[in-house]
Amino acid sequence: MHPAFSVVFFTTATGAGYGLLALLGVLGGFQIIPPDFWLGLIGMGLALGLIAAGLLSSTGHLGRPERAWRAFSQWRSSWLSREGVASVITFVPAGLFGIGWVLFGRAGGWVAIAGLLAAIGAVVTVCTTGMIYASLKPIAQWHSRFTLPAYLIFSAMTGSVLLNALLQCFAIGSKTLLAASVLLGLLGWGWKLATWRYNDRLDIATTANTATGLAGGTVRSLEWPHTEENYLLKEMGFRIARKYSARLRQITQILAFALPVLLLAAAFALPWPFAAMLSVLAAIVQFAGMLVERWLFFAEAKHTVTLYYGR
Amino acid sequence: MTCLPSQSGKKLGLVIDLDTCVGCQACVTACKEWNTGGHMAPLTDIDPYGGHVDGVWFNRVHSYEHTTEMGGRTVNFPRSCLHCETPACVTVCPTGASYKRASDGIVLIDEDKCIGCKLCSWACPYGAREFDTDVGVMKKCTLCVDRIYNDNLAQEDRVPACVAACPTSARHFGDLGDPASAVSQLVVERGGVDLMPELGYHPTNKYLLPRAHTKRAASVAAPALEPVRAEGGFLGWVDRMLSN
Repeated sequence: MHPAFSVVFFTTATGAGYGLLALLGVLGGFQIIPPDFWLGLIGMGLALGLIAAGLLSSTGHLGRPERAWRAFSQWRSSWLSREGVASVITFVPAGLFGIGWVLFGRAGGWVAIAGLLAAIGAVVTVCTTGMIYASLKPIAQWHSRFTLPAYLIFSAMTGSVLLNALLQCFAIGSKTLLAASVLLGLLGWGWKLATWRYNDRLDIATTANTATGLAGGTVRSLEWPHTEENYLLKEMGFRIARKYSARLRQITQILAFALPVLLLAAAFALPWPFAAMLSVLAAIVQFAGMLVERWLFFAEAKHTVTLYYGR
Repeated sequence: MTCLPSQSGKKLGLVIDLDTCVGCQACVTACKEWNTGGHMAPLTDIDPYGGHVDGVWFNRVHSYEHTTEMGGRTVNFPRSCLHCETPACVTVCPTGASYKRASDGIVLIDEDKCIGCKLCSWACPYGAREFDTDVGVMKKCTLCVDRIYNDNLAQEDRVPACVAACPTSARHFGDLGDPASAVSQLVVERGGVDLMPELGYHPTNKYLLPRAHTKRAASVAAPALEPVRAEGGFLGWVDRMLSN
């Protein structure tokens, strides 16, 4: 599948944004993180900013973005429509929580309820994003039990690393959150390795034989219907050389998982402000790593239409 | 709504005979010619006379070499929308632009509602949908909905353009929901198959596979050609002299 940057950035940014929003909603609403104007403003600004930037970026993928409002109508059948609805609805409790927690400096009561609802909305939205990919049967690498948990794990991982960086900057870092970020980093790493292992050993039932109905033997493409690449090949025929794929997997592992985990582990031992600096660095490095991970998620996915072209 | 409608039982579609298709591309050009002025018009061509020709087509003919223990053969393979009974391209559509008609099962796109998110083309395993980068919307085969019900055409012309154009009658159009229809009978008789049945899209269009190889070679060998003999006499002498 063609890795369009608008979609790669969209899923990475909203994943991190919703993860951060969910954590702020729960931890802030129930006063585990005490209300603080500047902390709240930057935290909620970062979360909602990432979400808004991601959603705006996703409209860059549309042929007719001025009609994007129509995408809220088919939530009964379409995961993409559900994602749109969930993302917009989540802004309501998120906004209320922001007003209560950041502007009024309150926690508990209705602020806690708004925070909790925002967190639920964030989790639901990330699930709908994952299901868009997990529900596509023609792409075996996506239509697997690994896809939905991956979106949830990576959202929690990037969100907690962002929150940790934020709290460390305000010198109120918590060892528990630091430890959780490290554990989530390791979990994400393990999940990605398991996903790659699964995808590399996939025995896909759909072949050139079943695609053409010509049973038995081999079906070899003699001639395409066209001499140049068409929409199908540009959009779904994207291929990545094995050597680049292997190298990018290494880069993903280093940037998205290994380096952030090491930096956060080091932050454990170091005093402020070094812990804060390492935490911010970990968040930045991880975001870059997740962009590579998401790019690979598309580049390594093979659509059944490529079978018709002998690919 | 992009939820699938309860069906009336009528399932209009095509039956494509891979045994007789000669890969002449007549159906491809007839489709393009009709549809670039039809329901989903225009079928945009990008850089049509340049080095990177691209454009929207509803029908593409591939050529394959199918090799089995019986030997190898060339199979020409027309590929277009199969108007599936459970088309994921319809249910994934977030806007309601994609729909399946309850009355005859044809899968269509309302171009005025399409936002060009391309998700339907990802959901179609057969590559039936092609994005028009110029108009910014998705396009697909309409089963010539503007021909088959067109009162301005003679009755015999009320078939999809690809069917009308096929010189070897490799394409058949009819109601596959009616077991008594000519196309349904043909599918039963020839053991027509679904493409990618394992994905569960339940395509309406069926493909008739090439018939098995026969042993009906000529039973009496043609007489062998006479061996070329060296010419004798004067002309032979001239030939040998001039050939040296």
